[in-house]
Amino acid sequence: MNQMTAPNEKLTIKDFTSDQEVRWCPGCGDYAILKCMQRTLPELGVTRENTVFVSGIGCSSRFPYYMDTYGFHTIHGRAPAVATGVKLANPELDVWMITGDGDGLSIGGNHLMHVLRRDVDINILLFNNKIYGLTKGQYSPTSDVGTRSPSTPQGSVDPSLNPIIFALGSGARFVARTVDTALKHMPGVFTRAHGFTGAAFVEILQNCIVYNDATWAGVTEKSVVADKQLLLEHGEKMLFGAEGNKGIRFNADTFALEVVVVGEGGITEDDVLTHDESNLQLARMLAELGGNPSEPMAMGVLYAEQAEVAYTDAVIGQVEAVKGKRSLKDIIYSGQTWEVK
Amino acid sequence: MASDIQTLESAVVRFAGDSGDGMQLTGSQFTTSTALAGSDLATFPDFPAEIRAPVGTTFGVSAFQINFGARSIKTVGDQPDVLVAMNPAALKTNIANLRAGGLLVVDSGAFTKRNLQKAGFETNPLGTPMLDNYQVIDLDISKMTLEAVKEFGLGNKEALRCKNMWTLGLMLWMFSRNRAPVVDWLNGKFAKKPEIAQSNIAALNAGHAFGETAELSAHIKRYQIGANKTEAGLYRTVTGSQALSWGIAAGGELAGLDIMLGSYPITPASPILHTLSGMKELGVTTFQAEDEIAAICAAIGASYAGALGVTSSSGPGIALKTEALGLAISTELPLVVINSQRGGPSTGLPTKTEQSDLYQAIYGRNGDAPLPVVATRSPGDCFEAAIEACRLAVKYMTPVMLLTDGFIANAAEPWKLPDIDALEPFTVDFAATPAEGESFNPFKRDDKTLARNWGIPGVKGTEHRIGGIEKSYDTGHISYDPDNHQKMTDTRFAKIDNIADDIPPQTIEQGDDTGTLVVVGWGSTYGPISEAVKAARAEGLNVSHMHIRYLNPFPRNLESVLRGFDKVLVPEMNAGQLKTVLRDKFLIDAKPLNQVSGLPFKIEDILSAIRAEVSS
Repeated sequence: MNQMTAPNEKLTIKDFTSDQEVRWCPGCGDYAILKCMQRTLPELGVTRENTVFVSGIGCSSRFPYYMDTYGFHTIHGRAPAVATGVKLANPELDVWMITGDGDGLSIGGNHLMHVLRRDVDINILLFNNKIYGLTKGQYSPTSDVGTRSPSTPQGSVDPSLNPIIFALGSGARFVARTVDTALKHMPGVFTRAHGFTGAAFVEILQNCIVYNDATWAGVTEKSVVADKQLLLEHGEKMLFGAEGNKGIRFNADTFALEVVVVGEGGITEDDVLTHDESNLQLARMLAELGGNPSEPMAMGVLYAEQAEVAYTDAVIGQVEAVKGKRSLKDIIYSGQTWEVK
Repeated sequence: MASDIQTLESAVVRFAGDSGDGMQLTGSQFTTSTALAGSDLATFPDFPAEIRAPVGTTFGVSAFQINFGARSIKTVGDQPDVLVAMNPAALKTNIANLRAGGLLVVDSGAFTKRNLQKAGFETNPLGTPMLDNYQVIDLDISKMTLEAVKEFGLGNKEALRCKNMWTLGLMLWMFSRNRAPVVDWLNGKFAKKPEIAQSNIAALNAGHAFGETAELSAHIKRYQIGANKTEAGLYRTVTGSQALSWGIAAGGELAGLDIMLGSYPITPASPILHTLSGMKELGVTTFQAEDEIAAICAAIGASYAGALGVTSSSGPGIALKTEALGLAISTELPLVVINSQRGGPSTGLPTKTEQSDLYQAIYGRNGDAPLPVVATRSPGDCFEAAIEACRLAVKYMTPVMLLTDGFIANAAEPWKLPDIDALEPFTVDFAATPAEGESFNPFKRDDKTLARNWGIPGVKGTEHRIGGIEKSYDTGHISYDPDNHQKMTDTRFAKIDNIADDIPPQTIEQGDDTGTLVVVGWGSTYGPISEAVKAARAEGLNVSHMHIRYLNPFPRNLESVLRGFDKVLVPEMNAGQLKTVLRDKFLIDAKPLNQVSGLPFKIEDILSAIRAEVSS
């Protein structure tokens, strides 16, 4: 979706802000995401008329109402299918899909899988707050085991789903992660997703202040960010930590990534992996990072490998290749006919 | 010799055999030859849900029935005059329906001990009193086919596959039909396997030649069924699925919109997905979605973006689409939803016909969610009905339910090719960029139709947000206001009700405009009701036939036409759905006549009901 026509005049954050009152709870992480989006779009040089936000149902899915672009607030879980239809009808449009952990991974899990598998040229933002907010706090497919909620008073028992692993498993070719409070990091991720031709999947760790407050605190609190977040940059060493001396190494014995400290036990920077966005195996291992408390979570673009031809282009290409070669009359009048006089 | 040929006005032939015997191909080729000879015809492919049921079993029997004549043919015929049974199971499941004195052709070569056992015969029925009521030609078709194709060196199994062509050859001889179209078709179909084409042609010719020989024609007659005197023009045979797909494509062209079909495979609707997938030349995009819900949602997304979204399924799939249908109603986007009805509930009878989704079409959604419902009545009629569904969808900014059924979808009939250039366009105008200082309201309505503004992405100045939440009548923004919801609900009903002024008034198909009894039908019961009313009137009964195409809203004058009759009889292939709707709307004492056997009505059954109703 990088074929946008440049607008005549430079648009501003105001141009992308609708006249509708934002109705999220005070302190909701969604506000920051909205602002980041409204701020990033003018930078991307896109037009309001060519931009479409499609959402499902849930707190996050109210997003389109607040963008002064085209917007379609659809039904629970089905945004990927609606967005696919929008893109097939007009491939020139810049389509953003907004979903959450319940909308995208529970009721709409099937559609999310297929929109990623097909590599439909849209940008997908999944706001992951590990809870159902709009329905008043039931546990979601990304909730930690033991989450106490109105529907799980003794604690949830089903294992949680990692959205990044789901996306990679579905065949996504662009997978990234960012945080609702990372106001400097988020626009860069949005920009990368926008520049990618194909389905670009972005998980945003988002805080629900009412029903699941501080669920990401262990990763996003200022005091732990340096140690708990691995900021990925293509071609750069995977270093992190307050001192910048922690690194990620591949351990051939365990066949997994591990945290090492440069300068300890003979470890040098050469032992630390260099990020390669095109390496699917690496992306799969990075997706697992953060599973235990000693590890950081990978942030930024974990995987980006553009297909030669995006799905929508392939579909439209088949139509364009033959369009006009036969008329309706040619089709109907073909085959065996006879004349009655 | 021509003098031996008896001329008939019409005949019903039924080909029955194992699923693997190629009966559908045999039937459709017989149909082509019949059509090219100018006879009118109606066909009924009647096949099992299993692709390859165990060989020789009764549940694996596949049949194809054709009624053809030198007169107008409106049904597939109550009873076959000729039954071709390729194995004992086909005989067992079909013999009871063969007309007394009718002709039975069997492949005695398939009447082996094992096949007889599988069909549940304790002894071989051939040559026994069980078949005394029929003229029987038992021939070892298997053996003669093997003989005919010997020179091509096929294996036994492949060679035996040609026996349907041998049989077709015999039937073409019997009905004095031309073999050339079949030969052309075989050469085309097996262009890459010439030995298969040659073998089949040899079998076809051998069957025909067998008919020519003296020993058979001594006791079996040859028939001639002439051309039907019908309207002049160019004709072809068409199935409901074909005509419906072409109608959708035509509707898109007349609206000036590209068609985007979202669909998921389901019997008996899949042929529409297949046909439209082969029509990309017309700018038709097809999307085989991951499920029924995604199929309709993609179609809705396409309509939002300025295409004409279409989705096609059968009852169970339509059930899954229900929530999204509500979204299309709430956002007032055009959409055509095709339901090729089949036996229900649940999986029901996938390959058998029924018209039991009328309630689902009219009422089957959460909330007060009205939409127009249009029903097709025959294969050829699907073309116009589909165009009409497209017209209503874009003119009134609404999803339209287009009801057809498994019988119409698969059946074929001669169809006078339409003059495409003469079709009336209904070109869509999208909302334009508003003038300086004016803002765009997506829910601003046309005063007359009440249709809302269709603003599409890509157009500057018409940016807007819509969704399934109730919208303000005045601005289109979210509104939870009680009075507004009342007003929007009323408006949605009024908009659909308006359509009653934009459709043809209800007419009587046959008989007087007032009288003792009116038989009211919809959908594919058109043929049997028409023939039954014709027969009843020939008996001097005071009865008329009314056929309703627009099931929601009804034509404005429907009630007054119904009130012109003392009695109302409603034959339906369901448990009485239109009957209930008529009673509800008009407090009229409509009487039901119901059949849910998975088969079309027989003329005789409707005729009996008419007699009983008139004399009661």
